[in-house]
Amino acid sequence: MRKIVERSLAQAGIDLAQVLQAGNGAEALAMLQDNQVDLILCDINMPVMDGLEFIKQLPGVDNAKGVPVVMITTEGSEAHVVQALSCGARGYIRKPFTPEQVKEHVIPVLAGKS
Amino acid sequence: MKSASDGHHENWIPLMEMSAREVFELMLSCSLSVPASSEEKALDALDVTAMVGLAGQLCGVLSVRCEGKAAALMASKMLGVPLDKVGSEVADALGEIANMVAGNFKNKIAGLAEGCLLSPPTVVTGSDYDLYSMADSPGLEVKLLFENMPIVISLQIHS
Repeated sequence: MRKIVERSLAQAGIDLAQVLQAGNGAEALAMLQDNQVDLILCDINMPVMDGLEFIKQLPGVDNAKGVPVVMITTEGSEAHVVQALSCGARGYIRKPFTPEQVKEHVIPVLAGKS
Repeated sequence: MKSASDGHHENWIPLMEMSAREVFELMLSCSLSVPASSEEKALDALDVTAMVGLAGQLCGVLSVRCEGKAAALMASKMLGVPLDKVGSEVADALGEIANMVAGNFKNKIAGLAEGCLLSPPTVVTGSDYDLYSMADSPGLEVKLLFENMPIVISLQIHS
């Protein structure tokens, strides 16, 4: 899925200088200790540490402060959307998705409009 | 919208098919077709299986089975890479397809979107295995064709 999302971002015309990929929330938190990023795209269902726990822990990581998070997940219920947004997510894309949907959700977040 | 508690699980077969069709159309830009009975191949030819567990109001396992060459073509289409360049991504791609079919399916049934959680997918290669499930009702199965290659989507339900 990470490669699919990367491809969708490229198809949407979003310039990707560098993409860091993590297999779960714990890996992502470790990566953020040493890297600054502009945007975090994150699933909910992941092994080790799921996406909701991951975004709850983001405020404790200096490099992640103010970085917008967009969830991309099969968990499509209203309750999941509310939970993700209340945890700090700025956008929510339900799988399956089209590159156009990625563009619609990601570009406003990157522009600070969401 | 169907309900998880109506007990008539055979009514879910069209939803399983619709879920799969939507995933393939959106993520792979291709349509699935229904095989004629004469086109059905032996299931032991399907040597890649992706499984996603469901827990909560609905417990069970949804699986997607296909031939290795079909799985490779799925990965190629999903990732936009030439078929001959596809390698270890095959398992990831089929696992993600199973995850999306399962998620799309449960989101079509009242109460399951929030009342049923999915496990990360597991992918098995090879066809010489026996799967022992705690399922206590007959499984549901949908047979479709992806680029003229068979795929089978199954749901084993635990009460």
